[in-house]
Parts: sequence; C-alpha cells; structure tokens
Amino acid sequence: TKPCGRRSSSFPSLDPPAGFGQELPYVLIDCIGGRYGVYEDHAEFLKKYFHLIAMKEYLENKKFLSKKIRAIYMWFHKPVIKEELLQSLPNLKIVASSGVGIDHLDLNLLSRYGVKVSNTPFVVSTDTADLGMALMLASSRRLVEGYQIAVSPDTEYFPADWLGAEVSGATLGIVGMGTIGYKVAERAKAFEMKILYHNRNQRNKEEESAVGASYCKKIDDLLQQSDFVLLSVNLTPQTHKLIGKRELELMKPTATLINISRGLVVDQDALVEALQNKVIKAAALDVTYPEPLPRDHPLLKLKNVIITPHIGSATKKTRRLMMENMMESIQAGLRGLPIPNEVLL
Amino acid sequence: MGGGELPGLLVNEIGGIHGILHGHVALLKKHFYLITMKEFLENRKHMSKKVQAIYLWWHKPIINRELLQSLPNLKVIANSGVGMDHLDLKLVASFGVKMANAPYAVSSSTADTGMALLLASARRLVEGMEYSEADLLGVEVTGATVGIIGMGSIGYKIALRAKAFEMNILYHNRTRRKEQEEQAVGATYCEKIDSLLQQADFVMVVVSLTPQTHKLIGKREMELMKPTATLINISRGAVVDQEALVTALQTGVIRAAALDVTYPEPLPRDHTLLKLKNVIITPHLGIKTDKATYMVTEEAVENILAALNGLPIPSEL
Repeated sequence: TKPCGRRSSSFPSLDPPAGFGQELPYVLIDCIGGRYGVYEDHAEFLKKYFHLIAMKEYLENKKFLSKKIRAIYMWFHKPVIKEELLQSLPNLKIVASSGVGIDHLDLNLLSRYGVKVSNTPFVVSTDTADLGMALMLASSRRLVEGYQIAVSPDTEYFPADWLGAEVSGATLGIVGMGTIGYKVAERAKAFEMKILYHNRNQRNKEEESAVGASYCKKIDDLLQQSDFVLLSVNLTPQTHKLIGKRELELMKPTATLINISRGLVVDQDALVEALQNKVIKAAALDVTYPEPLPRDHPLLKLKNVIITPHIGSATKKTRRLMMENMMESIQAGLRGLPIPNEVLL
Repeated sequence: MGGGELPGLLVNEIGGIHGILHGHVALLKKHFYLITMKEFLENRKHMSKKVQAIYLWWHKPIINRELLQSLPNLKVIANSGVGMDHLDLKLVASFGVKMANAPYAVSSSTADTGMALLLASARRLVEGMEYSEADLLGVEVTGATVGIIGMGSIGYKIALRAKAFEMNILYHNRTRRKEQEEQAVGATYCEKIDSLLQQADFVMVVVSLTPQTHKLIGKREMELMKPTATLINISRGAVVDQEALVTALQTGVIRAAALDVTYPEPLPRDHTLLKLKNVIITPHLGIKTDKATYMVTEEAVENILAALNGLPIPSEL
C-alpha cells in the first residue's frame, strides 16, 4: 500500500513488496530508535520492502550477513562507512544517504568499490529555507532572549527600552543561491527585504527579478552591505572556512550571520572571537562543527547566539518523504534501474 | 511655529522601565517643551496650563477624569502603537480632546513578530536551544494553512508574508476585503470563524481588543481547531480565554501556542502557561525594534503638530 500524503517522487511507484517466494533484500542500517536511529514508524514501513539489519546484528553474524547485504540505508550519517566495511560487503550495490549534504561521504572510495550513492536533495529544500527564515526572525527580534525574560522567575516587568532589530526592509545577503538559497529569497522578498546574493554562477534575469535579487560577483560586496548574511552553500573544499576572520571583519558590526549549510563553512574560532569583540552583532546557527558542540563551548554561552540542533529538515512530513525517497533509490539500485536522486562523482 | 515657547508635551517619564526612549528625546524636544509627570505633579499650578498635548508610551501616563480636568489647554493625545483598549475614548472626547494613534509604523514590525512566533513554534526553535536526547520533529510551515483572524493592516501584511511560504490563507474579519486585495495574497474569506478554525494549521489572532473580541477564542473555538494546530496571539491577552487555553494545551486539544501578549503582562510567575513545553511566550515584542519605535514617535509628532495647528490629523481616531 502506498503511504498517504503527497506523492513522494516523480518516479513511478515501484512494485509492491516482494512476495512469491522471493527473499527481501538485506539492507544495513545503524539502529532503530534512540536519538539517531531510524524512526520506529519508518522501520515498520521499510520492513515491508527490506530485511533491515542493524549494525549490532551484522557484527554478531558477519560471516552470514556480509554476503547478503546489498544496500546501506544511511540515516543522518550513520552507519559510518569506512573502507573496512566496504571490503567486507562484496555484494553492496548502493548507499542511500538522507538529506542533501554529501560531504560526509567519500565518493571516490565508494566509486572504486562500484557502489552507487543517492541523497534526498529536493524534499528538504522548503523546510530548510523556512528554518533559515525562522532563525533570522528569532535572532533579529531577540525571540529566545525574550522568551527567557517572559518565563524567568525573576521577571517583574517587561522593560520598554529592550529592543530588537527590524527584519522588514533590511538587506539580506544570500551566500549560495541553489534551491534552498532561492527559496529563502522568495520568502524574504515578502518581508520587503533588499536581496543580494553570491553564487558560483549568476542566475538568469527572470529568476533574479522574480525575487528582486542582485548578484554580487565578489563576496566582499555582499558582506559589506548586508544586515543579515545567510549561508546556504554545499560543503566542498572550496567552501571550507569560507567565512573566516577576514569575511567577518568585512561584515557590518550590526550584522547577523545565519548558517543553515554546514558548520565547517564557517571558521568557528574566528566566529567566537568576532562575536565576543562585537565585530558582528549576532549569529544563528543550525549547524556547527562538531554536532553537537561540547557542552562547555563558548558559542553556547554567548547571549547573541542562537544554536539549533540541525533541524533544517526536521518535520514529520519531510523526514517521511526522505525515507520514501531513499527506499525508492535503493529499490531502483538493486534492480539495475536508473536511480532517483543518484549522486554522481 | 513663530517665536515664543514650544507647546508643552506631557509624557510619563524619560527612560526607565516604561519611559520615552532616550533616542527619541531629541526629536520631541525639537517640537515640544517636554514635561514629565513628576515635573507636572511637583509644579501643577505652573505646568497645567502649558500642557497642550500628551504622548502615551506603553499606555502611560494613565488618562483619567482627574488628569483631563487639570489640563485646560490639552488639545490632543497621541498614542504609541494602535491598541486603544487602555483608553476611555468617550471620556477623552467629552473634554473636546482629539485622539490619534500610529498605524503605519506598526504594521510591518508586528507582522514580523507574528511570523517569527509562527515559525519558532512550528519548528520548535526554543526547545531546540536546550540539548536533549530526543529528535526534535516539528510541523511544516510551507504549504500549511494559516487562518488570520482580523485582516486589518497587520493581518494583511501577515498574509503577504505567508503567501511567500506557499501557505493556504484563510481569513475572518468584520468586513470582507476587496476582491483584488484577496487575490493579491490568495486569501479566502471565512464569514464564519468556525470554518476557519476547523481548517487552519496555524490560527493567527490579529484583532483589536473590544467588548466584541474579548475572549473571542475560548473553549468552544479551541475545540473546533485541529489537534495538530497552533494558536498564535499578537493582539491582546484578553482576546483569548487564558484558562481555557491552559486546559486545551494540557489535554492536546491543540498542539501548541505562541503568545506575544497575555493578561496580565507579565504573567504571575507561578502561572501554568510559563511551565508548558508547547508554549512560547514573548514579552510583547510587537513593534520593539529601533526602527519601528522611532517611526511611531515620528508619526505621533506629526499627529500632534497637525492637531495643535488646527489641521486635519493624519491618524485621528
């Protein structure tokens, strides 16, 4: 039975679960349940299509299971794939990875072992753009600080001279104008924001004028003019520490940095310094390095920092769609069909 | 204005908890002779005739019969913001005093507050700040249905923003908006509030507080809402039946609430609303930005000067 809700992909739905005496394909997962495991309701669904093998089970019965496993269902970067694992899974055909980011995968290594890779690029876009907007609004209007005042046992009154900064009419600089960046621009336009963007390639005129965005070939121009700098790039060797001391110093002292891409796109130590020395006003981060940060990290103590636990795609609907996409990619990969959302080298 | 003294403007206080913002003083002093309530009370005989206008900041000074009687030359009271529920408009009118508020300055800021609360609640942003072992799943905003109760200038700006999130927009208002206005934001009119409540994933309350809207959202209305729905209040605390809200949140009648306003403000420190995990409360953020507050004062100055010069008042009530 097809799950209820909107269509999960543009590919025709694949055959119902294998019956007719055929064994279900063996798929390796990290675990079910707990903080980072496959959700129990997702596992119930997947079990109709696959024989799910948790890492613990695999390690206890390597001899039998290693030849059986033909796919890995990688949910939030787990299980971690190293060469040792690839060597012991001779029949591994495909790794389906959740989310759009693939920086945690060694694509060259997987290619050498003839293993295909898929991700879930499009389903996460609107939720991630929404979160980018949520972080910008929360930071600018001091929502979290305000909440703490509203519920604090010590609060006797709400002071009139406690103010935030306006989002409407301010300048937003989007670094990385891919699908997610563009959706942020669409949303920001409704707040009458002035939109600048920096990207490897300039978008075409229609796309730019639809959101009123101006291209900044040099990132410096964007940094100098923006009230909000939002990062929505992939993590690649080129974007590693893209925002460092130099870039932070180019930003306005009244500016806010919002990161919904990867922690490593920002030089975190430089960010801490910049925030402590009021080089920039504030930061709102859905991603850090590592995740989560050590509990004594200075970023967790700064009043002008909001950190959320990588919840860019964290809605029930989207996570469900991600799972369905991954299931479809694995099925296609195992049947030798074109793989939806394949990641090519 | 020709030579001679500047007209006296009475304010509650400058700076402090509820006082006029220091950054606004220069603008006010450019046009008026500022008199604080303290100065007025210490020197009533001299000051009472000087006061031609009052600028209310966060509902102070309190306007009562005694004050109105002691200000023979009072011509106009300018309110910061749009809420007028703290004023006895009939009483003020009976003294021949004009009233003005500041609608233009507040709409974008307040709409932003509404959207900030909607997004923060949907995506569990505040809960996310505390490290927890649980995976924080929220509800989608893009493509969801928002029901706007009160489609004045603030409600309309919320609709404009919600449209960019591809939201389905329903609205309920005393009067229906023009067709072009509806089409511009893709909003569907719900003549009956019930219809809006039954369909909305997010119910956004943006009405003025009047006797008609007092406890507009009560037990009945919350039970009409979806159990997966979120209530967002950026109007006045008294528009929502607070006790009924506590029950609804505790028993899962609705999913969550985000309140920029309560009754009273702040709530008593032992109030249940402060303890519920599915509630975000903010300290009446409303228009609390440097830009918006300054624009409010600019609008007030304009209104007061018009009144004192016998000209039509831009935002007269």
